[in-house]
Order: sequence, then structure tokens, then C-alpha cells
Amino acid sequence: MTPTTSPESSIVRMQKLNKHFGSLHVLNNIDLDIVPGEVVVIIGASGSGKSTLIRCINGLEEFQSGTLSVDGNILKPDGKSSKALQTIRTEVGMVFQQFNLFPHLSVIDNITLAPMKVRGWRRDDALATARRLLERVGIADQADKYPGQLSGGQQQRVALARALAMEPRLMLFDEPTSALDPEMIGEVLDAMRELAKEGMTMVIVTHEMGFAREVADRIIFIHKGEIAEQGTPEALFSAPQNDHTRSFLARVLKH
Amino acid sequence: MDFDFQFDWSAAFASIPYLLPGIPWTLLISFGGLAFGFFIGIFFGLLRISPIRWLRWLAVCYIEIFRGTPILVQVLFIFYGLPQLLGSPINALVAGIAAIAVNSGAYISEIVRGGVQSIERGQREASLSLGLSRVQAFRYVIWPQAFRRMIPPLGNQGIISIKDTSLFSVIGVGELVRQGQIYIAATFTALEVYFMVALMYLVITWTLSILLRQLERRGIAGQ
Repeated sequence: MTPTTSPESSIVRMQKLNKHFGSLHVLNNIDLDIVPGEVVVIIGASGSGKSTLIRCINGLEEFQSGTLSVDGNILKPDGKSSKALQTIRTEVGMVFQQFNLFPHLSVIDNITLAPMKVRGWRRDDALATARRLLERVGIADQADKYPGQLSGGQQQRVALARALAMEPRLMLFDEPTSALDPEMIGEVLDAMRELAKEGMTMVIVTHEMGFAREVADRIIFIHKGEIAEQGTPEALFSAPQNDHTRSFLARVLKH
Repeated sequence: MDFDFQFDWSAAFASIPYLLPGIPWTLLISFGGLAFGFFIGIFFGLLRISPIRWLRWLAVCYIEIFRGTPILVQVLFIFYGLPQLLGSPINALVAGIAAIAVNSGAYISEIVRGGVQSIERGQREASLSLGLSRVQAFRYVIWPQAFRRMIPPLGNQGIISIKDTSLFSVIGVGELVRQGQIYIAATFTALEVYFMVALMYLVITWTLSILLRQLERRGIAGQ
């Protein structure tokens, strides 16, 4: 069941969003509403446009037509760095597949940079918040190390803490565990599970179907730039309606 | 065959007091020129990767012109040519510094461009996703990392420019080679004096190499 939402209550609202990449139609008439507190997991084959979709939400990708509003800020097609985009980026956190920690800064400085430079927090306040977040993701003892000295799982948890330090209203996850060794995937998923429990609005692109089934309020299946099917994990995994969904699930759930 | 000529160490040592006054000039032209060249290089290096096409073209023109012509011709043009245009002579020291500045600036532009472009896209994306402005992303995230990668090629360019100043003996500025030539004209000890001149360049460039290596090591230790 897709949650029924009124426009006013949704934190992300996409209408007829289209993105072309040359002759490639990457996103095709996407309509999407996400309500506060909702955990949405986007699945689909590689190249289906799922990463592009969430990267549109914080303006890392431009789109050519349609409307997109995030927490009331309207992003226009082909909009360069507008004021709305800046506001959206301060309110929306993102965790990347490749972590993208700043290698020249210590763990703690990675986390305090944006709160100090963007939000204008005093160093003491930023440090206190950073320590609290590191504690929360279970790596308080690594604060003074550099990213290169940490394992992949630890780096991704720092990246999560770094995004949370901005006190975002919405968190985007772009295949957060795809670059991790298998034994480290669990610790990152645990941290995300905690976050979901606390009520954070999350949009997650992942291949971890077990995790998706467990934490998602809604699963969206993307096929060739279109939302082919969406619904609760129960509905989508147990009784997929769309042929593409069925064949995709058959392939990924086999092992 | 019988050589009646021998390397005369006393003549070599005797030349030292006459050569030493050339060192400050060599250093002044080199580092003065490089200091300007560094800022020119940052300026054009960033223009070179600007999203605006005609700014990129401007940078490409500058780089091609000053990288594609000999520095000797550049300094002759500045010292002998420009005064005809300006109507007043140009001080030889100023001409030397200007030549090093525009010449090293062209190479440093490419070093800056390469350094900045070598930083993974994800660094910029992560910065922007945190709400940093493009300028902040550059200043706090991209540039510090790019600069670290630029140190070895910048050191290279520094050493090349120091040696290039030797060409400026032709405009009569009293740098190392010029001092040597004057001394040789009076004593006819070319072997010994050019040997000492070479040795002095080596001391300068070697010192710079050691300093750079330490700077690099500190940079790596910081990660």
C-alpha cells in the first residue's frame, strides 16, 4: 500500500520529473511523494536511474522538466545554484557509496566543518555535537584519526555522523554498503536501522534486500527510469505485480 | 697526448668572492618571479577549468603563448622590445623577474589545473551535499588536497626557473653567470669559474629539493 499523502504534508514532492542525458531518457515522468518519518527504499537494476533519482533531490543532478520541492523549497529544471538549492542542501544529508570523507581532515574535523562554516556554530558546540554523534555510531575513540586510518565500515559511519551533524530533515543514502567488505556491512546497516527507529525520513538506494524488507515503509522499484511498481515491502516482495519487478527480484533474491 | 692545462683549485677558490654577489640576484629573480608566477598560475589554472568557455580560452591562449616560446626570447622581448612600446627603459632586474613570472606562470597554471582536477568528484559532491557553497567547497576541501599533490611538480618548476635565470646574463643583470663571465674576462679561468658557478647552482637547487622533500613528508604525515 502506498501511503496516501496530501501535498502539504510531504517533505519531498516530485511531479512529472524528467531527466535526459543526451539521447538517454534517464528519468521518465517520475511522480513521488515522501512524507516526514517515512523510510523509502529504492531498488532496481544498475543503470535503471535509481541513484540519479535521489541525486536530483539535493541537486547533485539537474533535471530538464517537471517540478521538485523539498521541504517547501522549489527546485527548478536546469536550476543552477539557486537560493532554494542551498537551503535544500543544508536540510538534506547524504551518504555516498564511496564515503567521500575529506582525507586531509581528521574524523572530528570532517564532522565539524559544515556545522561551523554553513550553520555558523561555535567550535565548542560543533565539537560537542560531533563527539555525541561519533558515540552514537560507535566510534568515539577514533575522533582524532584520519579517514585513511579507518576501516571501510568505520569510514561510512563517520560519513553518516558527518551528515547528521547538520541536523538534516531528510537523509539520502546512495548504495551506502556497496563498497564495503561483507563483514562491515552489518555495522553500517545497524547505524541506519537506529536512525530509522528514531524517526528520520530516509530515502535509500540499496541492494540489501533483507534490510529493505525490514526497515522500509515503502519500496519503489525503478525500471528504465520509470517507477514500475511501489508498495509495502510485504506487498512488493511477496506479490509483485509487474513483470520487471518479478524478474528483478528473482535475480537478486536467488542467492 | 700531453695536457699542459690542469684544474687550478686556487683559481677556483679565488673566484668565490666575485661570484657570491651574484647569488642574491639569482635568488631575487628566481623567487621574486616564482612568487608572481605562483599567483599567475593559480589565476590562469582556475580560469582553465572555469565553466565559462571564453575564460577557458583566455587561459589556454596565455598558457600556449608563454609555454610555447623560449624564455630567452621572452626576456629579450621584455627588456629590449617593450621599452620601444612604452617609451621608457625597463630595469633589467624587473625584466628578469617578469620573464620568470610569466614563463613559470604558464607551467604553474597547468600544475594547478592538474592538481585540482585530480581531486575525486565525490569530494566536491560531499561538500555541496553538506551545504557548503562552491567557494567554500573549493577553499576547505578541494584546494588543500590539490595543493598537497601540487608540491612535487611545483618543486620541479622552481628548480627549472632558478636555472632559467642563468639566461638573463644576456640583459646584463648581475646574477651568477654574469658575475662569472665578468670575472673570466679578466682572468681567463673559464674552467674553474664555470665549475664554481655550476656548483653554486647545485647548492641552491639541492637545498630547495631538501626543503621540498621535508614539506612533502609533513604533508603525508598529516593524513
